[in-house]
Amino acid sequence: METSTATAKIVNPQEKQIVYKTSNLDLWYGENQALKKINLDIMENEVTAIIGPSGCGKSTYIKTLNRMIELVPGVRTSGEILYRGRNILDKSYQVEELRTKVGMVFQKPNPFPKSIYENVAYGPKIHGIRDKKILDQIVEKSLRGAAIWDEVKDRLNQNAYGLSGGQQQRLCIARCLAIEPDVILMDEPTSALDPISTLKVEELVQELKKEFSIIIVTHNMQQAARISKKTAFFLNGEVIEFSETNKIFSTPEDKRTEDYITGRFG
Amino acid sequence: MNLINHESVVKRMKPRLSKNSISKWIFFALTMFVLLILGVLLYRIFSQGLGNLDLQFLQSLPSRKPENAGVYAALIGTIWLMAVVAPVSLLLGVGTAIYLEEYAKENAITNFIKVNISNLAGVPSIVFGLLGLTVFVRALAFGTSVLAAGLTMSLLVLPVIIVASQEAIRAVPNQLREASFGLGATKWQTIVRIVLPAAIPGILTGGILALSRAIGETAPLVVLGMPLFLAFLPKTFFDMITVLPLQIYNWTGRPQAEFHALAAAGIIVLLVMLIIMNSIAVLIRNKFQKRY
Repeated sequence: METSTATAKIVNPQEKQIVYKTSNLDLWYGENQALKKINLDIMENEVTAIIGPSGCGKSTYIKTLNRMIELVPGVRTSGEILYRGRNILDKSYQVEELRTKVGMVFQKPNPFPKSIYENVAYGPKIHGIRDKKILDQIVEKSLRGAAIWDEVKDRLNQNAYGLSGGQQQRLCIARCLAIEPDVILMDEPTSALDPISTLKVEELVQELKKEFSIIIVTHNMQQAARISKKTAFFLNGEVIEFSETNKIFSTPEDKRTEDYITGRFG
Repeated sequence: MNLINHESVVKRMKPRLSKNSISKWIFFALTMFVLLILGVLLYRIFSQGLGNLDLQFLQSLPSRKPENAGVYAALIGTIWLMAVVAPVSLLLGVGTAIYLEEYAKENAITNFIKVNISNLAGVPSIVFGLLGLTVFVRALAFGTSVLAAGLTMSLLVLPVIIVASQEAIRAVPNQLREASFGLGATKWQTIVRIVLPAAIPGILTGGILALSRAIGETAPLVVLGMPLFLAFLPKTFFDMITVLPLQIYNWTGRPQAEFHALAAAGIIVLLVMLIIMNSIAVLIRNKFQKRY
């Protein structure tokens, strides 16, 4: 299926590796097919945006990448997703192991009802790191990485619910950085935020891509245009077009992509 | 062309408004009626019992002579009973709730179990007494002991604890579980570190309310053959006990009026225990209450 119109167009610029290679992925919710023959190659240290109208399967796809989708009862998949060469849909791949390398930031900020420090230290702690000094370092590094350290350094022991929505979302990003992931999945991370907080998160994503591979689902096309290197356009469970972001937004190949990005539907 | 004639609406408004204010007074009156009955009850008990309520009453064993009799044996018996009921019912109840809410798949069997647990909460307590008699006293040969009584009471309050814990666990937002799973936590780590801490206020409130019910229950213990009159204290979990409600029941059955006064004093002791436990439940709820 390498000849699929979408994937074949990508030319690998430098010696970047593929992090996620999706081949012929089908996914059903019970009888409803939500993803149809998805083929996507996602490169490391890039921001890949996934856009498309509601119900097009973009959230479903990103949740398949860390197998979060398994929490939904009655989900079936076929095809394969290779993460660094290993098929994650294979039952022998432990999800816990996968999720230590693939972090996720959710649509609504969802900090734990714990202190700011405990929120960030949660991931390392569940993976067995107990040394207080190391935890302190991880917490500081992660909060700095998420550009929120200066705002919270004096109140690390206060409840995370005292933070504003935008701060909570950056805390959730810090919590995700604390497990030192390889990939960060972001499922509409700014849809519940005000414009200024959105801008901060976008700037943060630009910083983070130097170290991490980022896949971001977004409803906001300008956002995709601003922050991503490549963009995939999903419609009715299919990848309609996948290429360099500036190409998708200037000279889309498919009529449906053009209609969507010019606001004719969606 | 208006379909609504505003003049006639205004004209018809009067009966609506008076109904509105009358209904408020009716509900107020109903509430007052209930409070009045409760007040009469409390007045009777306190006017009869307060005179007998002193340290000597709390520290004396029951006796044939009313002036020497006290609730000591029943008070200690109640505490022993709680020592069995609290751990057994909380462990079983919270464990069941965790299984049903976090592990069990949504299917016909799970639903059947859930419905039946709710039904169990409505089974008369005397039926649990019969169950305890058959299983704990006879089949397992615990005899008429603290253990048999405690296990029977645990079964009695179990449905309440399960349902309260289920609701508390269900109230923990799913996005917290997702966040935890997303960081690579196992289900067990998520339950222990995220779900239970967030559900603990609800679980403890339900647990304490269930325990207060166990303190006040009489019927199952009568069926088990617990003595109404016991002039010694239990030393092991295989000893007999008597508890406050049984002691009160015993005293109200005596012909002498002095014993009736003792019963009233015993009721005050029981009420104070219940109020203390309920206050603890309220305190816990207020202290731990979190918004998400």
